[in-house]
Amino acid sequence: MTYIAKPKIDLPGQKRNELGLTERDYEGAMSTLCAGCGHDSITAALIQALWEMSVAPHQLVKMSGIGCSSKTPAYFVHGAHGFNSVHGRMPSVATGAMAANRDLICVGISGDGDSLSIGFGQFGHVIRRNLNMLYMIENNGVYGLTKGQFSASADPGSTAKKGEANEMQNINTVATAISMGATFVARSFSGDREQLIPLIKAAIAHPGCAILDVFSPCVTFNDHVGSTKSYAYVREHLHRANGADLIMPAEEISVEYREGETLPVEMHDGSMILLKKVDAEYDPTSRPAALGYLEKQRLAGYVVTGLLFVDDSLPEMHAISKTAHAPLKDLAFEDLSPGGEALVELQKGLK
Amino acid sequence: MKIGTVNGTGSASANGLLMKALFRMGVPVTGKNLFPSNIQGLPTWYEIRANHRGYMSRSGRADVMVAMNAQTYQKDLNEVSPGGFLIYDSTWPRESSLHRQDITVLGVPLSKLCNENFDVARIRILMKNVAYVGVLAALMDIDLEVIKTLLEETFASKPKLVESNLKAIMIGHDYALENFTCPLPVRAEKMGDNAGHILIDGNSATGLGCVYAGATVGAWYPITPSTGVMDAFKAYCNRFRTDPETGKKNFCIVQAEDELAAAGMVLGGNWAGARSFTPTSGPGISLMSEFIGFAYYAEIPSVFIDVQRVGPSTGMPTRTQQCDLMLCAYASHGDTRHPMLFPANPKECFEMAVQVFDLADRLQTPIFMLSDLDIAMNDWMVPELEWDDDFRPDRGKVLGPEELKEMDRFVRYLDVDGDGITYRTLPGEDAKGAYFVRGSGHNRYGAYTEDSDEYQDVMERLLVKWETAKTLVPPALLSKAKRKTKLGIVAFGSSDGAVIEARDTLAEQGVHADYLRIRSFPFGQEVIDFLHDHETVFVVEQNRDAQMKALLILETNNIADRLVSITHYNGMPIPSECVVQGIARHLNAEVAA
Ligand SMILES: Cc1ncc(C[n+]2csc(CCOP(=O)(O)OP(=O)(O)O)c2C)c(N)n1
Ligand code: SF4
Ligand SMILES: [Mg+2]
Repeated sequence: MTYIAKPKIDLPGQKRNELGLTERDYEGAMSTLCAGCGHDSITAALIQALWEMSVAPHQLVKMSGIGCSSKTPAYFVHGAHGFNSVHGRMPSVATGAMAANRDLICVGISGDGDSLSIGFGQFGHVIRRNLNMLYMIENNGVYGLTKGQFSASADPGSTAKKGEANEMQNINTVATAISMGATFVARSFSGDREQLIPLIKAAIAHPGCAILDVFSPCVTFNDHVGSTKSYAYVREHLHRANGADLIMPAEEISVEYREGETLPVEMHDGSMILLKKVDAEYDPTSRPAALGYLEKQRLAGYVVTGLLFVDDSLPEMHAISKTAHAPLKDLAFEDLSPGGEALVELQKGLK
Repeated sequence: MKIGTVNGTGSASANGLLMKALFRMGVPVTGKNLFPSNIQGLPTWYEIRANHRGYMSRSGRADVMVAMNAQTYQKDLNEVSPGGFLIYDSTWPRESSLHRQDITVLGVPLSKLCNENFDVARIRILMKNVAYVGVLAALMDIDLEVIKTLLEETFASKPKLVESNLKAIMIGHDYALENFTCPLPVRAEKMGDNAGHILIDGNSATGLGCVYAGATVGAWYPITPSTGVMDAFKAYCNRFRTDPETGKKNFCIVQAEDELAAAGMVLGGNWAGARSFTPTSGPGISLMSEFIGFAYYAEIPSVFIDVQRVGPSTGMPTRTQQCDLMLCAYASHGDTRHPMLFPANPKECFEMAVQVFDLADRLQTPIFMLSDLDIAMNDWMVPELEWDDDFRPDRGKVLGPEELKEMDRFVRYLDVDGDGITYRTLPGEDAKGAYFVRGSGHNRYGAYTEDSDEYQDVMERLLVKWETAKTLVPPALLSKAKRKTKLGIVAFGSSDGAVIEARDTLAEQGVHADYLRIRSFPFGQEVIDFLHDHETVFVVEQNRDAQMKALLILETNNIADRLVSITHYNGMPIPSECVVQGIARHLNAEVAA
């Protein structure tokens, strides 16, 4: 149960981040997911990424919808406020929270059911608004929490645990996000922490809506032969377009990179994503190139992972709305209420 | 006075001009726009009620009818009260069958006159409507100087328009003077200047109230008749809350993808500490219900403004009703109950829009402000809005970093004060105050639970909070009859005006009734007392199923047999005669029995 608190033991000599916090400080309650569930690996990656980035826990908000995946915000950063909302509606609650306080760091966790079916509309519109957040989809091809029905990301031809085959087309999360105008789209695999952690960091650093679609096998309902979201299948068909490192603005870019093999992408805040290119032809800054490449690899039977598209020049929600720099929640009442004299003046026009 | 035109022909500004002219002459006046759910080409009517006693509701009479729409001529003719007057465009002859002996019919060749005087086709149509204002000015003795001043104010930057409008008015005016005996017995008489009063619609007043309340996040999905709330909020925010130098805005309006999302944004915004609201109408509330239940159970302050329109389903979007009481009172699955506020006019829309945010913050729950299309989209004459500069919002029980420092440990749902209201914290402030909001079962510490006792413990405490709500919402207003009586009337919202007038009419006939205007739900003790103090209580409301009566029966004890329903739900604002007749019918039946 989620209320089982983890014992917190401070070991001498534990590594501390810039805020003086240890990795344990970024943990949450004990997970209640099935042993081996991909979602737990993603949680572990999140913990490490947030710790390494020295995100202040109180500045973080953890948002989610409903599903096994959406339970996971309880399992990381206990010092952050969390909001486990209703099924498919995480993006709207995140929008409201970020409207109220633009200084928050927003991590939204969703599932393929949560985002691609019941919440498909909100998924699309938070992208359109370019809300500054990390939008994580823990994608297992099924509805885990309601016991294994196909989700909209199930590939045509893949089979359910009891053998029934899915004959409908799937919704390709990343291609959909890119074509809807997302400003940051990446895909990874829960079993590939080396790739996942830098992508999480890059997504958080991205000044807009960062979609991170992570294959996350459901060991209980979707890890059999015939499933295209199983550990075995994904490992076998994984094709990295690139690997990534995030270099914060304060750090010197000391990592050596050779032209043709790495591609540095400078972020708005001065940080750098260093992409280790696997495919020389891949260009994550071009939308048509990204879509074309994804489609080509899909036909060849590959699941492409890595940073697939990024454009951090597009304005996020507050830039579009021209909202004040200070969080709206902190504005003084005097700056909000026009006062008695203004009301008298205004009413002269109503006579 | 009733004016029938075709929508999209500029009649709205002509009617507004007429109404404002009467207002400036000091005549108490209200206007009701009876319009179709359509942009151009369908029949639309405008009713102006002007009377020296200041009654604001529809009377059910039409003493002067302006029938500009040939399509509805027959209907309009039938509606004129005996002894009344009908003015029509006599450019084209009417069949002689379309006449009545008991009224006076006055033909003015408006189209012909305008065609002779204006060149452009579009202008001719517009001016035809302005010209009837001139006709009425002559017939009803409306001050031409006032009309001129109004035109100059309206078109301050376009003197050409003043000229052409005035020309059209004089065409109508002079024709009437030459051809009819002016003024008619039904006429306007200057009474003063209506000092201390304004003309405003409920949506504008509501939007303005949200600005004064310090709301900063507005989320919405357009729907008639609530759209004007966000339009007004935006316009007033642009005026009062935008830095003239940087253009930076101290507010954030999000046009959501649908009402589900709008509700989610309201919850997220309030949770994160900004006063957030959404204006909507019945269909929107239906969609928002899941989030409303979430906010009830997770105890998130949230403000829902429901501008009611005719249901069920899409119903009649441009017609009025008070039909969402049941929907809002118990919105969402499971055991839920929500406070509601019922403004009766635009002034109360302003005041309650301020109050509703304080209530939401104090009670940490969804609160509904229910106005309706009649209040929202019509211009009402109300006393000037007032503001106390010492007002500071009550943000309720919010703990900041300072307070948290003093505490061993923060717990979200513990009833420390015994009023059922617990303490909350805001994200972004202090890790010590961090908690996890969930709509799933939780205990008083905020932790997930499936334990029966722990679940029930929280649900029981929510009932304690409900009792506290009864003491915080605005109480019902009692108006005693001049004589001691066993008859009572209960009404709320926009039915108020009809009840006020009906009581006077009935008193003249020797029937006296006390009147209680309910302004909120849950009902306070004063409502229960009123029901018990009267043998017969008429519950006046604008819906078919007597929803207020049902709520009274559900939420109070042993009173069902004394409640008599008077309902009016055809989509038009309730006229006073409906109340008079409803009460008379019941009393006569009692005598006969
Ligand atoms: C309105 C509503 N409908 C249905 C459900 C039941 N439900 C809970 S989780 C879920 C599917 C979750 O799937 P996904 O988002 O893929 O999460 P996973 O469990 O696979 O991580 C459904 C249908 C619900 N909670 N709310
Ligand atoms: S059912 Fe599947 S998704 Fe849910 S916890 Fe178990 S393994 Fe994970
Ligand atoms: Mg899933």
